[in-house]
Amino acid sequence: MDNVIKNIIGKDISIGELFEEYRSQIEEHSSEVLNSFRGEAFDTFQETGIPSNKVENYKYTNLQPFFKGDFKFSIAPGKSEQNVEDVFSCDVDTLDTYTLYVVNGWYYPLNDLEGLPAGVRIGSLAQLSKDDPAFFKKYYGKRVPYLSDGIAAMNTMFAQDGFVIHIPKGVVVEKPIQIVNILMSEESLMATQRNLIVMEENSEAKVMVCDHTLSTDKFVMNSVTEGHIARDARLDFYNLQNQHNATTQVAGFYFEQHENSLVSTNNLTLHAGVARNNIELKLAGEHAEGRAYGLYLLDKNQHVDNFSYIDHAVAECFSDELFKGVLDDYSTGAFTGKIMVRPDAQKTNAYQSNNNLLLTNDAKINTKPQLEIYADDVKCSHGATVGQLDEDAMFYLRTRGINKEEATILLMYAFAYEVIEKIKVKPLREQIRGLVEQRFRGELDKCHSCVVCGQKGTEITCL
Amino acid sequence: MLSIKNLHAKIEDKEILRGIDLNVKPGEVHAIMGPNGSGKSTLASVLAGNEMFEVSEGEVLFNDKDILDMAPEDRAREGLFLSFQYPVEIPGVSMVNFLRTSLNELRKYRREKPFSASEFLKIMREKKNLVEIDSNLTNRSVNEGFSGGEKKKNEIFQMAMLEPKLSILDETDSGLDIDALRVVANGVNKLKRPDNATVLITHYQRLLEYIVPDYVHVLYHGRIVKTGGKELAHELEANGYDWIKKEFEDQ
Ligand SMILES: Nc1ncnc2c1ncn2[C@@H]1O[C@H](COP(=O)(O)OP(=O)(O)OP(=O)(O)O)[C@@H](O)[C@H]1O
Ligand SMILES: [Mg+2]
Repeated sequence: MDNVIKNIIGKDISIGELFEEYRSQIEEHSSEVLNSFRGEAFDTFQETGIPSNKVENYKYTNLQPFFKGDFKFSIAPGKSEQNVEDVFSCDVDTLDTYTLYVVNGWYYPLNDLEGLPAGVRIGSLAQLSKDDPAFFKKYYGKRVPYLSDGIAAMNTMFAQDGFVIHIPKGVVVEKPIQIVNILMSEESLMATQRNLIVMEENSEAKVMVCDHTLSTDKFVMNSVTEGHIARDARLDFYNLQNQHNATTQVAGFYFEQHENSLVSTNNLTLHAGVARNNIELKLAGEHAEGRAYGLYLLDKNQHVDNFSYIDHAVAECFSDELFKGVLDDYSTGAFTGKIMVRPDAQKTNAYQSNNNLLLTNDAKINTKPQLEIYADDVKCSHGATVGQLDEDAMFYLRTRGINKEEATILLMYAFAYEVIEKIKVKPLREQIRGLVEQRFRGELDKCHSCVVCGQKGTEITCL
Repeated sequence: MLSIKNLHAKIEDKEILRGIDLNVKPGEVHAIMGPNGSGKSTLASVLAGNEMFEVSEGEVLFNDKDILDMAPEDRAREGLFLSFQYPVEIPGVSMVNFLRTSLNELRKYRREKPFSASEFLKIMREKKNLVEIDSNLTNRSVNEGFSGGEKKKNEIFQMAMLEPKLSILDETDSGLDIDALRVVANGVNKLKRPDNATVLITHYQRLLEYIVPDYVHVLYHGRIVKTGGKELAHELEANGYDWIKKEFEDQ
């Protein structure tokens, strides 16, 4: 089977045409449920296309140029996707986790997930959607805005694989579930990944998704993670991004929360090329609690755009957001904090803050709170700051013999720590604390080290 | 040890130090007094290397080295210590990490081996006893949420850790309760050696009863306008600064 797709530009083929050309091949290998969404998604995409900065929600990141150029398009898993262990063996693991790999959007077939609690299902989206169509019909696509957002539509058109996590009623998974997403290829690659998390009533899990690039090729990743969190369920979700500069990743996280559930997301961008995160928490049951945190550490020409959307759909919910960024060189960043308080959502508590540290005059950040409040009994606060390193603190440290570089590292770390403190899984927090410090010291192998397990790939210089 | 000649410094074209002359020898204690806004903290800050101030004239030799072109960290490594009038809170930087980095930087400069974690903790325990600092404070971020007095004690604790040659204590006594004042003063006295020196900036005679100065200087309008022995402090306590201001204006 030929899994190599023509160059989008080389053959002057648009993403839409590409889909039409390969639709039957995709559908032949996919489940009925996934296929049932493609038509409408395609119709939407034909209207929206890839969002430019003229689209309000993408104002600070024009994605169009990044989705153009010479790319192979990953339509089926290729050879490299089947030999992960040769390049990537995670045996230095200091964290006790259930670990699974996803390569270029494809669930790695040899994932070994022994010892999962009874009833817990972790596996491939392609496979599970064939094995359990009833389950998939109930959840798949229900929270993803594939009828309005061009990127979500494109993802839904091409969606074939990714991971699924299903935690049944009342089950607590103690060990964190770690997903290592790997991009590796011998040529520029555009890939799609679609994930589904379903947490039934009163279940609990900690999920960490760790994004890497293992070759220097140009990558474009369109990834969507959908989560359904039933009443009383608790999900801790971490995304650690450590990708090289020639990577563009658009990652959508769409979580729906029911009564008394608790979701906490933490998007930690240690290194990226162009990254756009769409983080949506829909608080759809009373007393649901949604927490969205993020930390982005940028230098050179990196660009990170976090778009968060907290939807208070019903009364008595709580949300808290904290995003912090350190921007060096001529990097750019954006934060949008959309909070919707619907008319029935009385007694809403919503807090948001975005703080940025600019280390140079060339670094830029756009930060925008976007509050739409249609209820009257609401407590809502938001704040954004953009600042430089505290000169007084810098002087204080220097008078104690600490040089400027070291003092800068201490202060950058001090700035970031508030977000790191939000990480509840202690070994993970310690690990990330160390990584952030390494990152500030310029010691983190930006291109290759596996954030969570410390594994390094081959020696390749960064851009 | 310290020799200041005709030191002028300004900020945003406003001249604050207008020709300071001061000599400090090893083993000496100097007190600098003077009305609010006269330039005491500015002098301390300029000596420590604060780049906010521009030195427009003069010379400062510390152990025979010209320090005006030195970075603040190098002055500290040479053995200069400033206890801040207003110590800065640095949330997120732990006391332990801060002190250990600081101490090891100084050692590195002197080509000594960095302290291991356990050696460091041992020294920290010793010095903590010396200044009777609350154990919990060293488990927190630098000065974060410390009370006024705790911040001052923390400065002396750092001084004890770093063992400087010259310590400039900028109003370390203000904000301390009577017991704390005694503890701080005792700390300073215990750290006193024939080869180090102390400059005390203070408004109150009280501190000088515990730490007896060899010289008392009055700084007024950016200049040292009067120098005397410890009895000068008594005179100031009794009569205030008016007579000095008058003397100055008459000149
Ligand atoms: N950053 C600054 N910008 C502008 N003026 C300053 C600055 N720092 C100090 N000054 C001015 O310099 C003068 C001297 O200030 P300094 O803090 O040295 O006084 P001081 O003698 O320590 O007073 P105090 O007894 O109140 O502590 C004051 O007039 C003050 O307003
Ligand atoms: Mg002062």
